[in-house]
Amino acid sequence: MSGAGSHLKNFDYSVVQQCMHCGLCLPTCPTYDDTRLERHSPRGRISLMRAIADDRLEVTRVFGEEMYFCLGCLACMSACPAGVNYAELFEHARAEVERTRVLQSPKRSLIRKLTVAWLFMDLRWLRFVGRLLRLYQRLGLQRLVRASGILKLLPARLRELEAMTPTILPRFSAELIAPITPPVGPKRFRVAMLTGCVQDLIFSDVNRDTVEVLAQNGCEVVTPPRQFCCGSLHGHNGEPELARTLARRSLDLFPPDQFDAIISNAGGCGSHLKHYARLLHDDPQYLARAREWDRKARDIHEWLIEIGTRPPLSAGQPPQTVTYHESCHLSHGQKITSQPRQLLRLIPNLTLVELPESNWCCGSAGIYNITQPEMAGKLLSRKMGHIRATQAPTVATANSGCLLQLINGAREHRVDTRVVHPISLLAQAYRRETPANTVLRP
Amino acid sequence: MPLAAPILQELGQLLGPDQVLTAKEDLIPYSFDGTAALREMPGCIAFPTTTEQVVQVLQLANRQQIPVVTRGSGTGLSGGSLPSPDSIVLCLVHLNRILELDQANLTLLAEAGATTQAISDASTAAGLFYPPDPGSMKISTIGGNVAENSGGLRGLKYGVTRNYVMGLEVVLPQGELLWTGNKCVKDVAGYSLKDLFVGSEGTLGVITKVLLRLIPRPAAKQTMVATFAQMDQAADAVSAIIAAPIIPCTLEFLDRTTIGCVEDYARIGLPLDCEALLLMETDGHPAVVADEAAQMERICRAKGAKEVRVARDEAEATRLASARRTAFSALARVAPTTILEDATVPRSELAKMIRFIQEIARKYNLRIGTFGHMGDGNLHPTCLTDERNQEEMHRVELAFKEIFAEAVRLGGTITGEHGIGVAKKSFLPEFAGDAQMRVLRELRRTLDPKQILNPGKLFDPS
Repeated sequence: MSGAGSHLKNFDYSVVQQCMHCGLCLPTCPTYDDTRLERHSPRGRISLMRAIADDRLEVTRVFGEEMYFCLGCLACMSACPAGVNYAELFEHARAEVERTRVLQSPKRSLIRKLTVAWLFMDLRWLRFVGRLLRLYQRLGLQRLVRASGILKLLPARLRELEAMTPTILPRFSAELIAPITPPVGPKRFRVAMLTGCVQDLIFSDVNRDTVEVLAQNGCEVVTPPRQFCCGSLHGHNGEPELARTLARRSLDLFPPDQFDAIISNAGGCGSHLKHYARLLHDDPQYLARAREWDRKARDIHEWLIEIGTRPPLSAGQPPQTVTYHESCHLSHGQKITSQPRQLLRLIPNLTLVELPESNWCCGSAGIYNITQPEMAGKLLSRKMGHIRATQAPTVATANSGCLLQLINGAREHRVDTRVVHPISLLAQAYRRETPANTVLRP
Repeated sequence: MPLAAPILQELGQLLGPDQVLTAKEDLIPYSFDGTAALREMPGCIAFPTTTEQVVQVLQLANRQQIPVVTRGSGTGLSGGSLPSPDSIVLCLVHLNRILELDQANLTLLAEAGATTQAISDASTAAGLFYPPDPGSMKISTIGGNVAENSGGLRGLKYGVTRNYVMGLEVVLPQGELLWTGNKCVKDVAGYSLKDLFVGSEGTLGVITKVLLRLIPRPAAKQTMVATFAQMDQAADAVSAIIAAPIIPCTLEFLDRTTIGCVEDYARIGLPLDCEALLLMETDGHPAVVADEAAQMERICRAKGAKEVRVARDEAEATRLASARRTAFSALARVAPTTILEDATVPRSELAKMIRFIQEIARKYNLRIGTFGHMGDGNLHPTCLTDERNQEEMHRVELAFKEIFAEAVRLGGTITGEHGIGVAKKSFLPEFAGDAQMRVLRELRRTLDPKQILNPGKLFDPS
């Protein structure tokens, strides 16, 4: 295989070399933990990438499968003493797998075209599919189909997937949130709010809650109705060019010099969109803007702690017990661990109980639960076991993938736990302060 | 090169076909351990799940004269588990059960692939304590710890792995099973063979089970940090603490280069104008701890410490200790290649040794940060370099040669806790002397006549 255009051979070698193969990543890697095979560990994967860069190994199908067996949870980055940028390595490796087409099959190509290259490149199509699905669910067709037993004709895997279909909310973000939401009280900041792609369809309420909480804390919130996917799905799945296109679109839509902060409430998106400058490093037209964007991009919890959050008034707040599951890309990708807990503790009468292994991947990992159901299932059982053990009736988590995975997990494992975003709990607490305060409610 | 098909087939029959890996994508991740700049391709990776299987693999390897390299998690720092070319890598990570915790005799029996962390956790859960804490303990295996006689931060007060090994199950190179040691504190029947296997670096047998001594958990602990403008003041303070006499459980230091890197990385608020930072911890009965901590603080001030910070609570203790814990990470981030050494000298010679290392770094124009275990004289001069720069790598080699020679001249050793493996092999004959080398070689030949276990490591046959 020639090295021309290779994502691994043309890559800054010192990033690979930074790995001193000490092995401290091994105990934090879910796939190594399960299999005890070095190939399924971060340092093992890096050694394969390095072998390709060195011409000691070709890009093979086995290599490709390995790169997609990796969850990309980035737990290894929290453990790494040498600061290896595994996130970047992993994205380049997957891009190399796509470039060399070692995993290509007609079915895989079709699915990737439909999703990565089409639905998530233009969210109008995604919303259209969302509306169809909503219709199917709201007309009772889904219940009918499920009851009819017709699903038994489907292969087992498709049946499982059908069961995982999320409930599409009656209204998407643009129908819940005004393009510009004024702050409650004096204006302290002007921020942009990213509504996300999947999040917009199934967790638009979380977006509304985020805007409410921002407004409650002196932020004027700009939420254009037509937004773009941040490109994390593309970046994490070997499509750097599409990711670059999407980054440029978002930079055009939200010129960073007009905002104090650009807010995301999903761990996975935030982890990607804080690195637009890296993504557009060779684009002179966008690089300066991307740098400013990176400086201003904030996870919602990070931002709220940074500006100082007003604790909700304690009158009328019911006692509640909550546990917190950390999104991988929030904790390992963005190193945001204390802020969500601090915010939860601000809520009067809320008791936060720690979840054992709270920063161990739940198996959602973007679309991993669809592509690697077996491993994802193991991780989900492990997670649900811990959640059950806390006996907390509510689990909070700050990423749409995790929210969905845990909702499915609670159903599958019959754990009676409500799954919510931490910001929704905060928004509910603000709403309880004055029943009349409906400024932002549609 | 993979091994011959009939051998692989036989291995597959012994272990199950999916427990023998030969694909290139599987071999590459086992072609190194934790040691910088060493790589060698194995012939296959074999995963036994029982001692019986280890016996059978060694019988086969001995019969066919195939080299066998035993491996746990591959975290070693001297190349001890680096594959020999075309060897069978015998990976024991699936032999990882903790078999027994005996509260009456204060012992723990585990399979060799159990992690040091699992052993520590099991001991803690029983209110007991397994003190050896090598830097890689979260994943290192107990078998590897025994084979390398690993140390850690608690060496001064609590000793090293050897001090906790009461018994071993070992498969000898020809496939014979041997038990040495037992739960008795006193046992003088014959040579202490277990002590021969501790630190044998995978050359004399394959350790499959380990019987460990546990001790009661200390009830209290106090942590403090002192900074000094001069290295000699820190060394004097350490000598005075030991002469007091106090044996702290932790007595660690960082030099100026390391302090700078730690501050750059972790922003703890360390003073950048000091030559040495000492992290000290004392543990035991609460009354004793309080008394010793007060004395240590007084001594440090008397010896001219610029500042002494005593932790007021657990959180502050953790924060203070983080300066030492992040030392290696902070250094490793600075350059693509990090070479961590472990030259060791008697405590009394520490200040001299540290100054010597600083002179050598200047002489060869290298970046070397030194941190380590001040209490037991075990230093970690850490060279920050780039293995692609051959000219600089050559200077690194020359610098370490001088450092080791100086350590030996001061009555120290070329390796305190990492082992000889491949990395220090060329230094051993001169350090050990002819008589020791002869005995070492004869011992090895007696136990492993066909030289199948970890060939090329420690020393050559003649």
